[in-house]
Amino acid sequence: MHAPAPPIAIERLVKIYKTIPAVDGISFTLTPGSVTGLLGGNGAGKTTTIASIMGLTTPTSGRVTVLGAEMPRQRYRVLHRMNFESPYVAMPMRLTIRQNLTVFGMLYGVPDLAQRIKQLGEELDLTDLLDRQTGKLSDGQKTRVALAKGLINAPELLLLDEPTASLDPDTADWVRGHLERYRRERNATMLIASHNMAEVERLCDRVIIMKRGHIEDDDTPAKLLARYGRRTLEEVFLDVARGRGIEREAMQ
Amino acid sequence: MTTLSDGVLDFSTRRTGAMMLRYWYLLRSSWPRLLDLVYWPTVQMITWGFLQFYIMQNAGFFAKAGGTFIGAVLLWDILFRGQLGFSISFMEEMWARNIGNLMMSPLRPFEFISALMVMSIVRLAIGTVPVTFLAIAFFGFNLYGLGLALVAFFLNLMLTAWAVGIFVSGLVLRNGLGAENLAWSIMFLFMPLTCVYYPVSTLPAWLQPVSWALPPTYVFEGMRALLIEHTFRPDLMLHALALNVVFFAAGVFGFLKLLQSARRHGSLIQAGE
Repeated sequence: MHAPAPPIAIERLVKIYKTIPAVDGISFTLTPGSVTGLLGGNGAGKTTTIASIMGLTTPTSGRVTVLGAEMPRQRYRVLHRMNFESPYVAMPMRLTIRQNLTVFGMLYGVPDLAQRIKQLGEELDLTDLLDRQTGKLSDGQKTRVALAKGLINAPELLLLDEPTASLDPDTADWVRGHLERYRRERNATMLIASHNMAEVERLCDRVIIMKRGHIEDDDTPAKLLARYGRRTLEEVFLDVARGRGIEREAMQ
Repeated sequence: MTTLSDGVLDFSTRRTGAMMLRYWYLLRSSWPRLLDLVYWPTVQMITWGFLQFYIMQNAGFFAKAGGTFIGAVLLWDILFRGQLGFSISFMEEMWARNIGNLMMSPLRPFEFISALMVMSIVRLAIGTVPVTFLAIAFFGFNLYGLGLALVAFFLNLMLTAWAVGIFVSGLVLRNGLGAENLAWSIMFLFMPLTCVYYPVSTLPAWLQPVSWALPPTYVFEGMRALLIEHTFRPDLMLHALALNVVFFAAGVFGFLKLLQSARRHGSLIQAGE
């Protein structure tokens, strides 16, 4: 019997826009049910990596497979099993939450859609807002709607881009708690691009740090902290971003 | 070489219906959008109607050619509004920054295109049908009096409108909203060349082959033949249909190539300006 395909497997991925390499030969594989943080400064290549995983860009070279399907060529085999949430990709503002979720639910082929929307409304505290226009919601409410859209098909693989950006600490904590629960209940695999180090420390069991299109480091949060001799991931991130990682390692 | 992705040709009425529902929700949510659909066709029809009324009173030939201007205006509107209806529905996704959500969903390009085609007919019906009744009330011109010929005119004009709309949407997808103006203006290039208001023989000889290479030219010539000589010309409609098959295939091919190029250049990640 074959072992199930890894949720994400990237082999020597290179993506060059005109002459500028956005991603330069990265490789990593995610195991089912893992939560991985993808860290890096602006221009590190996180967005291009996630876009390659979703089949939104064609690799210049290398290979991206998602749930066993090669992206972007075989994306339609697996797109219904994955989803994406980002506060930077908007939902149609004039449609109500219920209308938006209905449209996306139909696109993803969700069975018993009305029940699923009701369930998400309860889980994400949106029940009273379901018939309100999405554009009239607060930032925190919009983020929860985006999360509802990301979970509409109960995906096995969830890609998240700054899932708690622009949220107050209370709502952000609530969203993180929901993601933890979702992962536990569904054994879902998550890849989270984030600049919030506390969030990454809390949610992720693995951290990949990117810089200028390369993977600079890749380990569990605990091992990274130990290796860099730091108390927080933020300090580790700064060490890597400012090129101090290798020096410290050498010193130690 | 164009290599099609696995499953790209699958077609789901559920997913297509989802997109139609999305545009229907949007139309329903905004009365200015609905009013805008009716406003320009009405203004245009009334202006040209009065002009024709004036000319008919002063020129013998036009007295015989009753309705050619209003007929031309209404058929032009089918062509123009058909393309605009397609392109605007597409650009709603760009304006709403929703295209990323759609492109990473299981929605196939042909399902997306089909939904946009149906919505262009819905938008056209909302905008044009009331105007055709106004044309009867104001000027006694009954577009529906063209009978089966109207079906042939409509089909051919819509096929051209869709072909152009599909290609322009591809350009916007590849180049972002910087290419948006093309969606509004490209059809005006067709206006002088397809001889909406005058016969092809009016054009200089060197330009006439260009005119005959465009499917709507046959429709407008066919309309004049029907209204002036009271003759329906099926040969003109078949020519238009043959050309439309080529135009439509080129539009779809162009869209798929531009989508492929957008994936290569990362335009889908930053679908905006």
